[in-house]
Amino acid sequence: MISHLRTMWLVFIHLFRKKATIEYPEEKVELHPRYRGRIVLTKDPDGGERCVGCYLCAVACPVDCIALQATEDENGRRYPDFFRINFSRCIFCGYCEEACPTYAIQLIPDFEMAEYNRQNLVFEKEDLLIDSQGKYPGYNFYRVAGLEAGVKKKGEGEHEEKPVDVHSLLP
Amino acid sequence: MSATEHILIVIGVLFVLLNIAAGLIWVERRLLALWQDRLGPNRAGPLGIFIVLADTLKLFFKEDWIPPFADKWVFILAPAIVVGSVLLSFIVIPFAPGIVVADLNIGIIFFLAMSSFGVYSIVLGGWASNNKYALLGALRGASQMIAYEVFMGLSLMGVVMLSGSFNLADIVAAQKNLWFVVTQPVGFVIFFIAGIAETHRLPFDIPEAESELIAGYHAEYSGMKFGMFFIGEYLGITLISAMIVTLFFGGWLGPAFLPPLAWFVIKLFFFIGLFILLRASLPRPRYDQLIGYGWKIILPIVLANLLITGAVALLIRG
Amino acid sequence: MSTIFIDNKQYEVKAGKNLLEACLGVGIDLPYFCWHPALGSVGACRQCAVKVFRDENDTQGRLVMSCMEGIRDGLHLSVNDKTAKAFRSQVIEWLMTNHPHDCPVCDEGGSCHLQDMTVMTGHDYRRYHFKKRTYTNQYLGPFIHHEMNRCIQCYRCVRYYHEYAGGKDLNVFAAHNHVYFGRERDGVLESPFSGNLVEVCPTGVFTDKTLREHYTRKWDLTTAPSVCHHCAVGCNTIAGERYGQLRCITNRYNSQVNGYFLCDRGRFGYEFVNSENRITQPIIRNQAVEAVDETSLLEHLRTLLTNHTVIGIGSPRASMESNIALMQLVGRENFYQGISDNEVFVERRIEEVMQSGVIKAASLQDIQHSDAIVILGEDIWNTAPVMALAVRQGVMKTAAQHALENRAIAEWHDAAVKEIVQQEKGFLANCTIGASPLDEISSSIIHKAPEDLARLGFAIAQRLNTVLPAVQLNDEMSTQAAIIAAALQKAKRPVIISGAGLYNEALIRAAFDIAAACKATATEVHLAYVMPECNSMGLAMMQASGFENAVLRASRAKNVAAIVLENDLYRNMPAQITDVFFNNCQHCIVLDSLNNATTQHADVLIPAASFAEGDGTLVNYEGRAQRFYQVFVPANKNMQESWKWLMKMRLIQSGAAIDKPCHPEEVLMMGEQLLPQLKGISTAAPRRDFRVNGQALPREPHRYSGRTAMLANLAVSEPKPKQDGDSPFTFTMEGYSGMPPSPLIPFFWSPGWNSIQAVNKYQEEPGGSLKNEHAGKLLFEYKRDATPVYFKDIPEAFVVRTDKWLLLPQYEIFGSEELSVYSKGISERSPAAYIAMSALDADQMSLVNGSLITVKIFEQLYELPVRIHANIPKGVVLMPSGLPGVPAMAWNSWVQIISIKL
Repeated sequence: MISHLRTMWLVFIHLFRKKATIEYPEEKVELHPRYRGRIVLTKDPDGGERCVGCYLCAVACPVDCIALQATEDENGRRYPDFFRINFSRCIFCGYCEEACPTYAIQLIPDFEMAEYNRQNLVFEKEDLLIDSQGKYPGYNFYRVAGLEAGVKKKGEGEHEEKPVDVHSLLP
Repeated sequence: MSATEHILIVIGVLFVLLNIAAGLIWVERRLLALWQDRLGPNRAGPLGIFIVLADTLKLFFKEDWIPPFADKWVFILAPAIVVGSVLLSFIVIPFAPGIVVADLNIGIIFFLAMSSFGVYSIVLGGWASNNKYALLGALRGASQMIAYEVFMGLSLMGVVMLSGSFNLADIVAAQKNLWFVVTQPVGFVIFFIAGIAETHRLPFDIPEAESELIAGYHAEYSGMKFGMFFIGEYLGITLISAMIVTLFFGGWLGPAFLPPLAWFVIKLFFFIGLFILLRASLPRPRYDQLIGYGWKIILPIVLANLLITGAVALLIRG
Repeated sequence: MSTIFIDNKQYEVKAGKNLLEACLGVGIDLPYFCWHPALGSVGACRQCAVKVFRDENDTQGRLVMSCMEGIRDGLHLSVNDKTAKAFRSQVIEWLMTNHPHDCPVCDEGGSCHLQDMTVMTGHDYRRYHFKKRTYTNQYLGPFIHHEMNRCIQCYRCVRYYHEYAGGKDLNVFAAHNHVYFGRERDGVLESPFSGNLVEVCPTGVFTDKTLREHYTRKWDLTTAPSVCHHCAVGCNTIAGERYGQLRCITNRYNSQVNGYFLCDRGRFGYEFVNSENRITQPIIRNQAVEAVDETSLLEHLRTLLTNHTVIGIGSPRASMESNIALMQLVGRENFYQGISDNEVFVERRIEEVMQSGVIKAASLQDIQHSDAIVILGEDIWNTAPVMALAVRQGVMKTAAQHALENRAIAEWHDAAVKEIVQQEKGFLANCTIGASPLDEISSSIIHKAPEDLARLGFAIAQRLNTVLPAVQLNDEMSTQAAIIAAALQKAKRPVIISGAGLYNEALIRAAFDIAAACKATATEVHLAYVMPECNSMGLAMMQASGFENAVLRASRAKNVAAIVLENDLYRNMPAQITDVFFNNCQHCIVLDSLNNATTQHADVLIPAASFAEGDGTLVNYEGRAQRFYQVFVPANKNMQESWKWLMKMRLIQSGAAIDKPCHPEEVLMMGEQLLPQLKGISTAAPRRDFRVNGQALPREPHRYSGRTAMLANLAVSEPKPKQDGDSPFTFTMEGYSGMPPSPLIPFFWSPGWNSIQAVNKYQEEPGGSLKNEHAGKLLFEYKRDATPVYFKDIPEAFVVRTDKWLLLPQYEIFGSEELSVYSKGISERSPAAYIAMSALDADQMSLVNGSLITVKIFEQLYELPVRIHANIPKGVVLMPSGLPGVPAMAWNSWVQIISIKL
């Protein structure tokens, strides 16, 4: 009984404590770099699209709000023909970023994307693509991926030997 | 009292009560927020008071859905009972000298009758929803209300003995010299606890217990039907607070620099605040704890209180 | 049956198998690469190691490759043994040291055996930090993409391509850890079975180039069980859709029909579904606004159908449902097959022979297990490619069986068996007009004119059953007949194959006589007649008359309205005849999926669903009715199955309201009532209300992605999922997720097995029949005790005429089939029109390869380059059949060579 009364008293004096509420939008929130907000597609250090259209973000997405179609250019480099995120479904869980093997899809500290019309929350590739490397500067998937897609020749990538000479029997 | 005056009082009481109940939405949310180091609703209107309007509008515009598996008419009837019974109880409350709807000489009995009537809304609502959680909620509600009604009634008997009347105005008048809270502290505490249980407010909100019964007896309710349960709860808080004020804290009595009605309202809001503080600070007991607590601890205490009060009253009066 | 103990648990397994098969067969996950149920074991990849114990008291054990160790009764082995597990994970780690880091851009990803096995062995972190080996890739033609970096040297590709499919141009080069799988130089892979490399390769070295054009991962495809529409074999396929486009065809295993492999025409010939040439809108010609909606179309048809004598032209490439619905609409006497009388005559004979039930129809499995095969007059390499592959297996397996007699070597011991077999072959007599790649595995090769082939057939039959009338043959042919007859006499399970390809009825009779005569000595005789198109047998079973009769009918009767069902008549009939028909018909209603010469003549043109957009049933060459299911609902509501349109037309004709939808089973049941010979066709597949535990079967895998975004560009609210009232499938990922019954397998998947190798889990035993297999419904009933009625009418020998040549069709696997040429790769592989003739004839006229000659056919002149073949008999010219730009010819007619440009 006494402890109940004490509890009530302790709760009551919280009336005079400083409040934790941040009065957005007058006050702005300080967001951390790894905050999971708006989703963007980044570019590699050479300015090419990082997304290779592997569909891993789409399959990782628990609400299935990512749809894309992979296609390739004349060099065999894969890129998304279209890339669509339905933000009216997105739950900002960041699984797409975790799944992305090329650091292309990233969640950035921006959440101010409310709309009066739901249709405006459907973002296409043009809306998603930013001219930046985002959180992972310096990474270019095609330099480490082995295959040739106009970025480097066979055997010129990182950790690659020169292509095998099929006619040689030397060890 | 002329008929016009009477009608004015009825309309006035109804208007004020409904506004208080609605206003409590805001009061409760703000107070809870403040006690939790937040600000609470502060956007709509000055200090966020229009959240009341927004909430009410929202409730009106929500889909008023009756589940196809529900017992339709009973389902509709249940929320009406809760508001009706609580409003009827207010008939006997003397807000100030002369401001009372019906000055019944069996005021307390009427109040007890009406508050028992309220249990029907929970039982019927839970039954008509045809949902296992709702039914569980209704069963809990019924047993809880039956249990605590007993102590509520018994705890008031001390006051009745001391004042010698069931009429609430008489009881207020009998506290002219000394509030009954002083002579009947045990009665007050037990009435307060029973009141919380009767209004199934936190920490005794066992019939709805959202964390175990997902809102219990009103799980299937939406729109304004849910709104009726919602309003009924706030009216219940107001009623119990008003009863506490009337029975134990001298009703409208107070120093003359304020009018009697103001004293009543100040006391009333103090107890409403206390109800909200309880919600902010105390956790919900287990169902069996609640019932066991009632029958095994409160019942003996309240009977002893009655015995002692009776003996003392006999002694004093000789 | 033998009893073995795996990790101290007792299992009953089939004797004669190896341990890997036994483990997989009882449902134990054991990784493997180089082993394949169709290819046998070589023990190259070292991945399937298990520990085998001497007896139950042995705790030491020894590591063995489970694929190289046979089952012994009472054998104790351990899959979960620590050493075995460590060994397997080390092997995969070694394999992965050079495997590139490119799964995101690899088309195999998500259906990759290597991925599955890596996960299965638990290798999840790379410890090797040195450089990776790289290779340059090759151009391998329009079907196959090459990325050699990914190779793990399991040798499956070469073993399949070389040994199983008989291809020559894929090989292994270089040595030690530099081995290279590819061609000697860049170029098109020549084998028409190259597409199977995609499924045979456990990783992404060989991938589907057509899928690459519109790449979709396996988990994103909406799939349904389908049946290949590109020849009469009726291979089971899985067709996959995404974003309203058909994306790929993969093999659907079925032990009776196609087993593990498809031909390239079947695998890559799907692109016509996405063609821009599709008919999308109902059109009523000769009015102000020609494009109409369904209501006004049906309104227009109501007057057309009630005021005219309506005749129907059926189609050998339309489903049974559509043909039956048409027959029902126009009446049996007004229904004609949309093929020439010649073809009707030949097919009628085939149907009659099969219907007699004297000889069992040969399934591909029967062919694979036969010990002597005679092909009489059908170029099956080009008309039924997968059958040719089965014939090859039959020949190879027979040789292996001979070699293994009295030797204690198991059949699955591939390398050892090959070593013993060397160049030995089983018996195959390939008697056709021209050369065929089957010649190289044939013991008897005879290339003669059709009549001579028929006479040879009768001569063989006569040698097997001397009661039959004798045939006069020259010495060479006589010896050949004796050789073939002797081989057949020894055979226990001979198969005779012929077909309608040469439009020669005598061949059909001769083939039957041989098969019937074999019955005396063999335990089981099978007979296969290859039909020209996917539902030719079904249409033939409807026993309607040919197109010429329809032409006569139209020219005699006035007021004829014709309904042409999914049939480009200009491909089946010479243009003169077809033109007469269209000129005499007052109205012509054409239902088809693609615009063609026939649809040009339509007064009313109705868009028909392709195989991917509708349900239907096909009857393959052996009379096996198989259901194919709708893969997706086209966005365009006008594309409906022909039978749906025809059933609606029937309702409006009778003045009834179109109120309730009609389903395939109902149409088939109508067909059974109309034509008793179709009895049982409605039970070819489970009914549309079939459910497992009350649940329908999902077309989409449970990890289908993009559901809430794929149509969000049109409207942010997702549409209601499409409903399917015609089949037990849903168009979503909802439904029963376990193993469906065999005709209803929309995709092969099992936990941990994402690649096509998951088929192991669906089989009774690796390489065996599917669990609870129901491979369609055989419509021809075999009557064991039926006495054969031999045909004794022997055709005259072929006589070479001066200045006249017998015109016969040459089929091309890529090009001769109407729909597959809409695929870019197929049309790239299809040859330009030519005329082929014997080297003897060419010498006489001093023609060389490529000389242009002008031939006169039916008063029409054609100028074409010459191809000279040594094997074509004298007095015969061959022209490619059905190539784009080559019109239908009067086959079997005599043509003149008008002029020659050298």
